Amino acid sequence: MLELDGITKSYGGRRVLDDVSFAVAPGRLTGFVGGNGAGKTTTMRIALGVLAKDGGTVALNGAPVTTADRRRFGYMPEERGLYPKMKVVEHIAYLARLHGFGKAEATKKATALLERLGLGERLGDLVETLSLGNQQRAQIAAALVHEPDVLILDEPFSGLDPLAVDVVAGALQEKAATGAAVLFSSHQLDVVERLCDDLVIIAGGTIRATGTREELRAQHATHRYELLSHGDAGWLREETGVTVIDFDGGYALFDASDDEAAQRVLRQAVARGDVASFAPQRPTLAEIFKEVIQ
Amino acid sequence: MSTQTPTGHRSPGELQSVWLVAEREIGSKLRSKAFVISTAFLLVAALASVLWGGFAAGDARSDSGIPVAVTSQTENAVSGVAGLDVTVADSDEAAQALVEDGTVDAALVPNPSGGSFDYTVLVEDSVPSALLQLLSESPPVQMLDPAAGAADALRYLIAFGFGLVFLIAASTFGGTIAQSVVEEKQTRVVEILISAIPVRVLLAGKVLGNTVLAMAQIVLLAAIAVVGLSVTGQASVLTTLGAPIAWFAVFFLFGFVLLASLFAAAAAMVSRQEDIGSTTTPLTMLVLAPYFLVIFFNDNPLVLAIMSYVPFSAPVGMPLRLYIGDAQWWEPLLSLLILVAACVAAILVAARIYQNSLLRMGARVKLAEALRG
Repeated sequence: MLELDGITKSYGGRRVLDDVSFAVAPGRLTGFVGGNGAGKTTTMRIALGVLAKDGGTVALNGAPVTTADRRRFGYMPEERGLYPKMKVVEHIAYLARLHGFGKAEATKKATALLERLGLGERLGDLVETLSLGNQQRAQIAAALVHEPDVLILDEPFSGLDPLAVDVVAGALQEKAATGAAVLFSSHQLDVVERLCDDLVIIAGGTIRATGTREELRAQHATHRYELLSHGDAGWLREETGVTVIDFDGGYALFDASDDEAAQRVLRQAVARGDVASFAPQRPTLAEIFKEVIQ
Repeated sequence: MSTQTPTGHRSPGELQSVWLVAEREIGSKLRSKAFVISTAFLLVAALASVLWGGFAAGDARSDSGIPVAVTSQTENAVSGVAGLDVTVADSDEAAQALVEDGTVDAALVPNPSGGSFDYTVLVEDSVPSALLQLLSESPPVQMLDPAAGAADALRYLIAFGFGLVFLIAASTFGGTIAQSVVEEKQTRVVEILISAIPVRVLLAGKVLGNTVLAMAQIVLLAAIAVVGLSVTGQASVLTTLGAPIAWFAVFFLFGFVLLASLFAAAAAMVSRQEDIGSTTTPLTMLVLAPYFLVIFFNDNPLVLAIMSYVPFSAPVGMPLRLYIGDAQWWEPLLSLLILVAACVAAILVAARIYQNSLLRMGARVKLAEALRG
């Protein structure tokens, strides 16, 4: 469990992080969402120790993070980059060695990981000769090669085509399944929504919401329902406790004043004819995000 | 405190990480064709100049002198003059023919018009000043301190040599380290590196790697000089130069570390290769200064004495004073102490600038900000 507690950071008198606190649980994917300049990168850099904090603590399993602990962190910075003139497998092995692996073991791990990521035939090529997509894969290998317990990725999906997004997403899920705590930021809210177990929303340097995806959805759930019936749904307008938002023949979108009203509508609909579907409309992450950052 | 470190994973010590970084630095440099070629060129040039020096000295010692033709009448004029290769011709005409066909450079024929000389020098088309010097009479000169006089030319050469080697090595590897720091910033790989190892370890590794390369180059040059001098029979030069060269190597080591740390710090303040000059130019001046000072002031004891204590010029100044025999036994030790202290201070300042500038992308970081953090 990686815990940030009361982190503050200022640049030249301008406070960019204010009392930032949240936890990243092992075995789970935590999505870190916020607009440009909200403080995501700064927070991640502080968690990794590449940037000094003004106040607060970063703790791993209850104890402040030490330099030795940080060797067990994997990082993918927002700005990607590797040494252009190094061979792919040597580069990844070098990073593994910096994290404490011996030479032979590092090469073995680098080779195995690169092969799994589909770079098996490019092992001896210089990084600069790889295509953009393959460089992204090498970058993932750089973050994973030392089998980190904590994985922090800054915008791992930016600039990826849909196929590559799936490759990266698969790698992250696999990593979390082995018990690693994974924190990743993204602008692509649909991807975050699909992938993450937990969510942290930041705006203006303060944390606006944290929790599991389901908790947040429940918190921000509205009593909005969607009905698709075979008859004409015009009768809904006469129901008490119901506000119709949209209406078209047998389709209706409405807000119920409470669960009771919603159940009454469903019974009515069934009594009036066949019902194809009746479902509460769950808020999307984009909607929750807009709501909490206001 | 609970440690969750799984088996099979060990935390490397900082020294080990420093060496890893240094090893990569060295490896990538050795793989660069430009570096290998320029080093090979430098070594070949050094070897060639030592050998050329040897052959030139050998030539001067050989018996072959200026080829001159004389007749029986002018033979007396060249008797006892060293440095001439004398051919006796049967007649004036025969002597003249030898000049015309190039067998000799000049012919001495009787001077029919009399005057203060009883012979005339016949040449093809240029005044033979070397020959005239040999033939002319000079007043006797007595040298009161012959050793110092003889050493003058050599002193200049040695001053020039130390200055040039320091200049080339420091600017080459200072530039290399600056480029490598900016490369890491520009490609953003630096963020991954410093998430794995402390910033000071990265800095130390880069300085160490380049120091190893620079020292290797110096040692190779010294080896070539020693072997070359011995092979060409100039071993006597070694006995006077040996100690200054050894001191030069020691001073060079610390002087280089001093400069390399500062180059790394200066480069960390910019984000693009194109901007390196804006922060490293003052350092380049510091590297150039000892070279020019030693060339212009190698006969000025006061300037040399000051140079031999200023950390940036001590690697050139102190060995030269030792060669001249101008320094007391304790002077190099004191100067070395000052240099090492400056070196430690530079490393601390450089580490601070480096740490505070590495993640600042875009515009150049101001020095005050880099120091303050």
